[in-house]
Amino acid sequence: MDQPVTHSRRDFLKTSAAVAATTAMGAHRLSPREAEAARPSARDDPAVRELMQVALDVAKTAGASYADVRVAARRQQNINTRDKIVQGVSDTDTFGLGVRTLVDGAWGFAATSMLTKEAIAQVTKSAIGQALANRASQLRPVVLAPTPGNQVGEWRSPISTDPFAIPIVDKVALLLAANEAAGRIKQVRQVTSSMFFLREEKTLMTSDGSYIVQTIYRTQPSMSVTAVSDDRTDFQTRQSNDIAPMGLGYEHVLSARLAENAPRWAQDAVEKLSAKPVEPGRYDLVLHPSNLWLTIHETVAHPTELDRAMGYEANYAGTSFVAPPEKVLGQLKFGSAVMNIQGDREQPGSLGAIGWDDEAVRPARFDIIKNGIFVDYQTTREQAPMLDWYYKKTGKPVRSYGCSYAQSWSDIQFQRMPNVSLLPGKNDYTWDDVISQTDKGVAIIGDGSFSIDQQRYNGQFAGQCFYEIRGGKIVGMLKDLAYQFKTPEFWGSMEVIGGPRSYHLGGAFGDAKGQPGQSNAISHGCVPARFKQVNIINTGRRA
Amino acid sequence: MSSFFAPRSLVSPTGILTRAEAAEVARRALAGSPAEETRISITSTARADTRFAVNQVTTSGENSDTSVTITAYAGGRAASVNTNRLDEKSLADAARQATEIAKLVPPNPERMPELGAQQYPPAKSRVISLPTPTERAAAARKVTEQARAAGLISTGFIECRVGATALANSKGLFAYDSSSAVTMTATVRTSDGTGSGWACSDGDTFDQIDAQRVGETAVEKARTSRNPVAIEPGRYVTILEPTAVGNLVQLIAGAMQARAADEGRSFFSRPGGGNKIGLKVVDERVTLLTDPADSPSTNGGYDGDGMPLEKVVWIENGVVKNLNYDRFWAQKQGVSPTHAGGGGGGFGGGGGGGRTLRMLGGTTSIGEMVKSTERGILVTRFWYIRSVDPRTILNTGLTRDGTFLIENGKISRPVKNFRFNESPIFFLNNLELLSPATRINASEALGAGGSTIMPAIKVKEFTFSSLSDAV
Repeated sequence: MDQPVTHSRRDFLKTSAAVAATTAMGAHRLSPREAEAARPSARDDPAVRELMQVALDVAKTAGASYADVRVAARRQQNINTRDKIVQGVSDTDTFGLGVRTLVDGAWGFAATSMLTKEAIAQVTKSAIGQALANRASQLRPVVLAPTPGNQVGEWRSPISTDPFAIPIVDKVALLLAANEAAGRIKQVRQVTSSMFFLREEKTLMTSDGSYIVQTIYRTQPSMSVTAVSDDRTDFQTRQSNDIAPMGLGYEHVLSARLAENAPRWAQDAVEKLSAKPVEPGRYDLVLHPSNLWLTIHETVAHPTELDRAMGYEANYAGTSFVAPPEKVLGQLKFGSAVMNIQGDREQPGSLGAIGWDDEAVRPARFDIIKNGIFVDYQTTREQAPMLDWYYKKTGKPVRSYGCSYAQSWSDIQFQRMPNVSLLPGKNDYTWDDVISQTDKGVAIIGDGSFSIDQQRYNGQFAGQCFYEIRGGKIVGMLKDLAYQFKTPEFWGSMEVIGGPRSYHLGGAFGDAKGQPGQSNAISHGCVPARFKQVNIINTGRRA
Repeated sequence: MSSFFAPRSLVSPTGILTRAEAAEVARRALAGSPAEETRISITSTARADTRFAVNQVTTSGENSDTSVTITAYAGGRAASVNTNRLDEKSLADAARQATEIAKLVPPNPERMPELGAQQYPPAKSRVISLPTPTERAAAARKVTEQARAAGLISTGFIECRVGATALANSKGLFAYDSSSAVTMTATVRTSDGTGSGWACSDGDTFDQIDAQRVGETAVEKARTSRNPVAIEPGRYVTILEPTAVGNLVQLIAGAMQARAADEGRSFFSRPGGGNKIGLKVVDERVTLLTDPADSPSTNGGYDGDGMPLEKVVWIENGVVKNLNYDRFWAQKQGVSPTHAGGGGGGFGGGGGGGRTLRMLGGTTSIGEMVKSTERGILVTRFWYIRSVDPRTILNTGLTRDGTFLIENGKISRPVKNFRFNESPIFFLNNLELLSPATRINASEALGAGGSTIMPAIKVKEFTFSSLSDAV
C-alpha cells in the first residue's frame, strides 16, 4: 500500500478508534475458529429495535399514513470445486436497513448499511422525499388491504443442521469425493460441484404495530458433468438438477448423496454423446417432476401474478395471458380437469415457506386453478383491493395472500410468487406407472433450457435426459430435444398425473422480476404427468 | 454500536468511496490480515431508481452500500470473506476468518501468485452524481404524458447507478476505478392489448438521457404495432435493430473462453483438437472488440487480477483473433494472458466497466435497409434468450415490442411475434448490410451499466421457428 495518506484518513482512524471503545454489538465478536459457527446478527436485538423505531417515528412525523422498516443480516457461503481443485470458498455477510413509506397513497423507499440514528433518520427522509415526488403524477392512490395488524412473532426454517456449523474441511471433502466418483467414468472431461448456503435473519416492524423476527435458511448442493467425444466433435453435459435447492440445512446436502449419484450423472453425460437425435414431431410427453416444476413456474406461477395481469411489469417481465381479471377470474379454462394448482408459503422445507411475508401478512394456502378453471391471483396488501369486486361476488375476504417479498434489506418489497404447486391426482400412480401406461412417447428428467414469451403463451423447454418410450417401457436415450407449446393447449392436454407418493418439490433461487431486478427463491411441488401429442423439435445443428 | 459501520467521513455525498477512502479501507483490511498473501476487493455502489406503470409512478428507491472481499492465501490455499461492515475490527475479523478457512482448503495447483504494483492510465474526469426523485419523476412524466395524450398505456424504469471498485493486495498492488451509468426504458401498450412498443436511452449520466425521445419512439411503435397479422414461421430476410443485434451477438463473447475451447467444450473448439484462433467463422465484415476507450469508467477498468484492461480484438474481419486466457491457462499454453476483464460474462471478472462489447458498423441506415428489402422482417428486440446448444451457440428466444413485415421497400404491417432457434454465428454468415454502430443496452434486465455498441444489420436469412400470440 503506497497510496498517499489524505487528511481525512487520520479522521477515520480517530473515529474508528473512538467507536471501537464504545462498541455495543461489536463485543459479540468471537474468536476466528468459533466465528465459523456464529456471528452477530440483527435478530431481535434491542439496539436494532430502537433504531427501527426511529424510522417509524420520523415517517409518522413527516406525514406517512403507513411505513415499514426491515433490518436484515444475510450470510451466504459458496464452495466451488472443479475436478480435484477447490476453485473458491467464499463467505458473504451483509447487514442493513430499508424503510418504505406511504404518503398520500404514493410509495417511497430508501436503504442504508449505516445503522446509526442519524443515517436512519436520513434514509427515512429520503423515502418520504421520494413519496412526495412520486405523488405528483399519482392517478390512483395506493390502498392497502386490511390486516389484523399487531402481528408479533418469530419464525425459523425447519432445519436440523446449521450448515454454517459444519467445518469447511468436511464440505470440501464431500465435494471432491463426488468429483472423483464422476471423473472415473471414461470420456468425462470436466466435473464441477458446489454447495451454497444462505441464512437470513430479518426483522420487520410496521407502523400498524407488527414486529416479526424470522430466520430463513436455504441450501443447494449441485454438480455438473461434461463428457467430450474422442474425436472432439461433440460434448454433452448432465447437471444434477433433479436435486433441488431447499429451505433446509446441511441435512439436505447429506440426503443428496452426491458421491453415490455422481457415477450415474457421469454415465448420463457419456450416454448422451451416442444418443439418437430425436425425430421431430408430435409425441405423448411424460415429464418427471424434476422437469415439470420449471414449466409450472413459467407457465402457471408467473401469469397468475396480479401485477403482471394489471400491466405493472410490462416493461420487463411482461404482462399475462391470464387477463384482464374481469374476463378470466372463475371463467378461464386453463387446463384439463385433473389440473389443481395451489399457492402456499408453508410446505416444510420449501423455499417459499415463511411465517409472515415482508409486509407482516400471515400467508394463506389458496387455490389458483381448480379442476382446470382459473380462480385466483397471487396478491399483496396493495393488490388485493384491486379484486374486491370478485371477492365480494364469491364471498371471499379481501385479503393479501402474503406474497410480498424483497430479496434484501436494500430492495423494496413487491409481489413475488409463493410456492405454486400442482396437486397430486386421486390415484396412486408413480413415475413408472405413468411410463407403463404410455405406448409411444418421450420422457424427460431434469430441467434444461427454458424460454417463454412475455405473456406466457409460447414456451420452449428442454431437459437433462430424454428417453424414448415404446410399449410402456423406456427403450433408449434421445438427444437434441425440446418441447414447444401454447400454454392453455399444453395444460389442456394433461391426461394422466401421478399420485401423492410421486410428489416432489423442485425449485430455484434465481426467479427474476421487477426493476431493479430482484431474485426470489421458490419451490414448486408436482407429480409426474403425461401430456398428449406435444410438439417436439430437434435442436441439433452443424456449425 | 456504530463500530460495525463506516464512519460517516468515509462516504462521499453520493455514498460511494473516493480513491483515498478506498485506499484507507484496503489498508485497514490488509493490516488486519495474518495471511501469507491477501487480496482486498472493494465494491461501493449507490443507486437511485424510479418505476412507472399504467401512466403513473409506482415505486422508487435509493440505496448505497460498500462491501469488501478479503481473500487470504496460504500457499496454494485460498478463501474469501465478504462483509459490508467496514470498521477496523470487523475487517480484521473477516481477514482472520478468511485465513482460518484458507488453511482448511486443499491447495489449488492452478493458483497464480498475486501481482505487484501496476501502472494505470490517468483518470478521466467524469461527473459522478445521482438525480433527485423529482428529476426522475419529471423524466417519467415525459413518457406517461405522451402515452396518456395518445390514449396509450406506458410502463417504464429509470435506473441510475454510480459505483467505485478497488483492488489491493499485500504485494503493493492498488487499482481504483469509478463509473456512472443510467438507463431509461419504456414499454407503451395499446389499451386493447394488441400493440406494444419499446424504447431505451442509455448513457453515462442522467443528462444524457432523452426521455422525450424514449416516449416518442415507444408511442410510435405501440401505435403502428396494433392488430398484428400472423405470417408463417420460416426463413426470412431480416433487419435487426441495434438492440436485437446486441441481444444475440453478445452471446458470442460469452463463449470465448480459451480453456473450454482447448478442452473440446465450446463452439471455439477445433474438431480433432485445439481451438479456432485463425479460423474464419463469420462474414469478413464482422469485427468484435472490447476497448477501455469505450468504457464508461474513469480509469478504463482492470481485470480480476488487477491488470489494467487492454484493447482486445476478438474477431477481426470474420477471423477469430483472440480467446480469453486467464493467467494459469495462458502459462500452461505458453501464451500471454488476455487482460479483457470486466464483470463476468465471457471476459472474466474485474472492476470498472471495461467489458463494453463493440461490433464495428457500416454506412447503411435502417431506412435504406428497409428500402432495399422486397420482403422481410424488422425486429426491435428479443426476449428470454436461452442457450439451446453450446456446440453451435444455438439459442432460443422471441421477438418483442415491435415486429414488422417489410414489403416492396416499406414497412407494410405489424406481425405476430416469433420464436427463433438461431445462432449469431449462422446469421453473421448471412450478413448483407450494416448501419453505423450506436450505444445501446442489450441486457435482459435492462439495468444501468449493460451497454454495448452495435450496428443495425440486414441478414439474408434468419430462422423463425414458431408463432407466439404474446403482445
